[in-house]
Amino acid sequence: MWDSVLFVAFPYVAITIAILMAIVRYRTDRFSYSSLSSQFLESRALFWGSVPWHYGVIPILGAHLLALVFPGFWGDLIADEMRLYVLEVTGLALALMTVVGLALLIVRRVRNARVLAVTSTMDWLLLVVLLVQVALGTWVALVYRWGSDWYLHTAVPWLLSLLRFEPQTQYVTALPWVVKLHMLGGFLVILLFPFTRLVHLVTFPVTYLWRPIQVVIWNRRAQG
Amino acid sequence: MDVRAQVSMVFHLDKCIGCHTCSVACKNIWTDRKGTEYMWWNNVETKPGTGYPTVWEDQEKYKGGWTKNERGLSLKLHGRVGGLSNLFHNPYLPTVDDYYEPWTYDYEHLFNAPEGDDQPTARAVSMITGKPMEIEAGPNWDDDYGGSPIYAENDPNLDALTEEERAQLTEMERVVFFYLPRICNHCLNPGCVAACPAGSVYKRGEDGIVLLSQEKCRAWRMCVSGCPYKKTYYNWSTGKSEKCILCYPRLESGQAPACFHSCVGRIRYLGVLLYDASRIEATAAVPDRDLVDAHRAIIQDPRDPQVIAAARANGVSDAMIDAAQKSPVYRFVKQWRLALPLHAEFRTLPMLFYVPPMLPVLAKVKDGRYDNADAASTSLAPLLSSLERARMPLRYMAKLLSAGNEEVIAASYRKLIAVRIYMRSKTASGISDAEVQEALRVGETTPEEVEAIFQLTAKPTFEERFVVPPLGREAAIEAMRDPLEQKREGGFGFRKAPVRGA
Repeated sequence: MWDSVLFVAFPYVAITIAILMAIVRYRTDRFSYSSLSSQFLESRALFWGSVPWHYGVIPILGAHLLALVFPGFWGDLIADEMRLYVLEVTGLALALMTVVGLALLIVRRVRNARVLAVTSTMDWLLLVVLLVQVALGTWVALVYRWGSDWYLHTAVPWLLSLLRFEPQTQYVTALPWVVKLHMLGGFLVILLFPFTRLVHLVTFPVTYLWRPIQVVIWNRRAQG
Repeated sequence: MDVRAQVSMVFHLDKCIGCHTCSVACKNIWTDRKGTEYMWWNNVETKPGTGYPTVWEDQEKYKGGWTKNERGLSLKLHGRVGGLSNLFHNPYLPTVDDYYEPWTYDYEHLFNAPEGDDQPTARAVSMITGKPMEIEAGPNWDDDYGGSPIYAENDPNLDALTEEERAQLTEMERVVFFYLPRICNHCLNPGCVAACPAGSVYKRGEDGIVLLSQEKCRAWRMCVSGCPYKKTYYNWSTGKSEKCILCYPRLESGQAPACFHSCVGRIRYLGVLLYDASRIEATAAVPDRDLVDAHRAIIQDPRDPQVIAAARANGVSDAMIDAAQKSPVYRFVKQWRLALPLHAEFRTLPMLFYVPPMLPVLAKVKDGRYDNADAASTSLAPLLSSLERARMPLRYMAKLLSAGNEEVIAASYRKLIAVRIYMRSKTASGISDAEVQEALRVGETTPEEVEAIFQLTAKPTFEERFVVPPLGREAAIEAMRDPLEQKREGGFGFRKAPVRGA
């Protein structure tokens, strides 16, 4: 019963709310879509927190997604022992970066009065959830070695079963509680996504790579 | 030829008295909200001085504007990939301390303080944290040379001067400074637009006003760095950048922007310029010393039938072309070649031009008398020599207003001197016609031109200073929405209060 609630119902609810609310927020309150940078108020500590955090968490998220979307490719990738070692070590290093970076960001928010002044309740909630989540992830990486491998045979089939709308929880229910918490934490972050500054994630300005460098907007070019 | 219209500006520095009325008019309308207290879309600086934000002209520090290289032009701040990789921390972003921490005073304490032996005081309270603070900087901290040499000494433009010249600037009885009012330049090649990864900053096609979409801005804050004039500001409360909007709601209803309208010294002129948009990049990429000439060359003659035809083909309305023909800015910038762009070497092609100030000539107290060489004589010597003997070295002015090219700014000065001499000869006796003719020759001008310059400088009417073009607001709205519907639902601004997101 609890397994169905946590590993079937909760993920579906989290994803549905995330997508719907993100769209509703974008349509009704686009002004609120912002990364809400606080660099203007404090720059130095932000560097030591924000840079390791982002450069740590983006590749890690990418690896999670890559193995999910291309399990075959990922399987080939880790088939070679050397590559597996490199992946595990890199992953662990990046994981430590995220923990240290995020911890620094939290300390910065607590200690700098200016940054504290622009920190909302949702910011605190998000920071704590994210810290717990990356800490759990790092713990899993440390204690349950070869995650790049067993992830492929536990979480990936479970997630794919969810995506196929044929939920099968047996892949994950027997896993240690730390791993389970990390999985649920992931969906908790997804659930928080539309209600926090996390929405800046989907507005990553990748179009900057190819858009015309100058932007001119006409009211009624057609009439000319 | 791709002719577009640009609402452009001239500030006549000779007439600026540094009263900050423009700054206050702007602040009261646009930047008295939370998160904008520190912003001065319009500010007035004392030059030499470090300005606001502190040493904004130092692009080694702030990386604003463009740099010329083998490939043409590129942003000093970043390339496209570099811009995205610096999103998480922009190494060149000024912080609030580079401007100043906004404060108010705890006035309530004056009323609520418990009875005691001392008078209660109203302490300064930070408008960011709400906590008591020490005031260490302000928007005009070095106004009128206040605090110099600590502040003015650091003016990056002083690098052009010798030690002797620098010492002379602040010497008692020879001290010299002038005021530099600054707003957004609404550039033709804006650095803020090019730097914004989200594409939220844009130039309006119809009038060239540079705006920043509050809905598209995602607080990547590259515009603040990209603008070499530091005229885009980050609202720390809403998490959105903001900038001068040239009071477009006022312009659209036929009024001059608030800072223009309120100018006590009447130093400000507003008008339309027609320019060839196909030449923007080539113009911004010429060598430093040719920048001002190239900038003038991109501005087209609004009476030239070919230009008019090209403008019409581009959708520029007849009313706009008519405004361009009456533009006081065109006369100052292109026809008379008096007004110059600020720091053309930033290569953003700013569309706010400055008539350089006629600074006092060198003078010293000699034997208890004020003596500026030949001041006692009735001859024109002090006026004629006012360029060579100016207290402010020409090199300083050239660094500010002509990208280091002294000939360009000297030509502007010579014409201004000719205007003075000619007009003086009309009312003062004892000035020989030969001297007047010589001044006109050196100034490369004619009596007719001098009269016109005098008229527009000293006695212009409101309508002559501000030739506000009809911006066709109704037509623009009708093109997209039914006017009745717009009137019923649209109103103005946001339909929701712009609250900071979670």
